[in-house]
Amino acid sequence: MVSLKSIWKFLEEVKDPEVPVLSIIDLGIVREVLFVDQKAKITITPTYSGCPAMNHIEKDISHVLNTKGIEFVEVETVLSPAWTTDWISENGKKKLFEYGIAPPVDEPDKSILFAKPIEIQCPQCYSKDTSMVSLFGSTSCKAQYKCNVCLEPFDYFKCLK
Amino acid sequence: MNNKLFEYTLRIADDSLILGQRLSELCGHGPILEEDIALTNISLDLIGQATNLLEYAASIENKQRDADKLAFLRVDKEYKNSLLVEQPNGDFGSTIVRQFLFDSFRRPFFEALASSTDESLAAIAKKSLKETKYHLKHSSEWVIRLGDGTSESHQRVQKSIDVLWRYHSDLFYEDEVDLALVSENIAPSFKEIKKEFNQHVLAVLEEATLKLPDNNWEFTGGRKGMHSEHLGHLLAEMQYMQRAYPNMEW
Ligand SMILES: [Zn+2]
Repeated sequence: MVSLKSIWKFLEEVKDPEVPVLSIIDLGIVREVLFVDQKAKITITPTYSGCPAMNHIEKDISHVLNTKGIEFVEVETVLSPAWTTDWISENGKKKLFEYGIAPPVDEPDKSILFAKPIEIQCPQCYSKDTSMVSLFGSTSCKAQYKCNVCLEPFDYFKCLK
Repeated sequence: MNNKLFEYTLRIADDSLILGQRLSELCGHGPILEEDIALTNISLDLIGQATNLLEYAASIENKQRDADKLAFLRVDKEYKNSLLVEQPNGDFGSTIVRQFLFDSFRRPFFEALASSTDESLAAIAKKSLKETKYHLKHSSEWVIRLGDGTSESHQRVQKSIDVLWRYHSDLFYEDEVDLALVSENIAPSFKEIKKEFNQHVLAVLEEATLKLPDNNWEFTGGRKGMHSEHLGHLLAEMQYMQRAYPNMEW
């Protein structure tokens, strides 16, 4: 008998293909795990509507669980409730920072134009003297920043609420 | 009711799809690297929204047309996007003004659709709203920068507003499809949405030292499949692969 706890544990081996230090558990996109009649049913939710990693993630889930001896795997994608960066685990945020991506920080209402910039810490030299280059970056979930002290550019995993 | 729900879902889906396709034309052609990346990320969000909406539309229609078939194999009159989103990219100012008018509509629209009694539309709206807020912040800040920028940028972005403003009415076009769904609390009424739209647009334009044109020209027809000459060209590019090699997959 496969326990639900062990399936959750196995799923930690499935990584986000675009941010490979984060597992799908760290990312908070696994919403439900069921195991009925020898079949695992995993429910996931996308980070962004157009996230191109979702298909990969579905395949990886089936692959990892197959190698653990679970032959029948069904992955379902749901849109509700909509994903938020609040679901990224504390451990996940730590791993992001160590990897060189500044983790999401609570942001004021986005309807305030030219709002006082939020403080994002440089993951290279830890300075808080950084500035935003662009609200959009290499993937849907990131913004581009630069550090005014060590002058390195870096990614910020932007807050989504 | 199902026909109307299909039609309504298609209108929302096609706005995302066609604007997503327009912005994707800028991939590798943005004015600066950061904007190239920003506009194509917005395109990706829009195409993701279109996928969710078209999948839902396909399930309502239930005629063995999946989301891909709906996206790639309709003729121009079957597309129900508003006239605004099919307008060509033009210069950067015009790309931004088109985006700004659209985002200013989409934020209050999704906010209202999020309380739809139709669970699928409400779920898609809640998801899309989070992305739309970023889009709106981006386009609004650019309108202000360009409007209150150099005399060249001011003059160009003002010209884009003068040209594109006539298409904004099509976003608020309402007919028996909307009215039937409004009475079921599936679709939100445009009244409040239009108020919020106007408020945001006017506040940003004022900050940007820009103004609305003096005329009251209004162009509508997109929701009925009556499009400008630009849509056909866009579809020729978008549908080329499926028309030339039917059923091909990546
Ligand atoms: Zn630094």
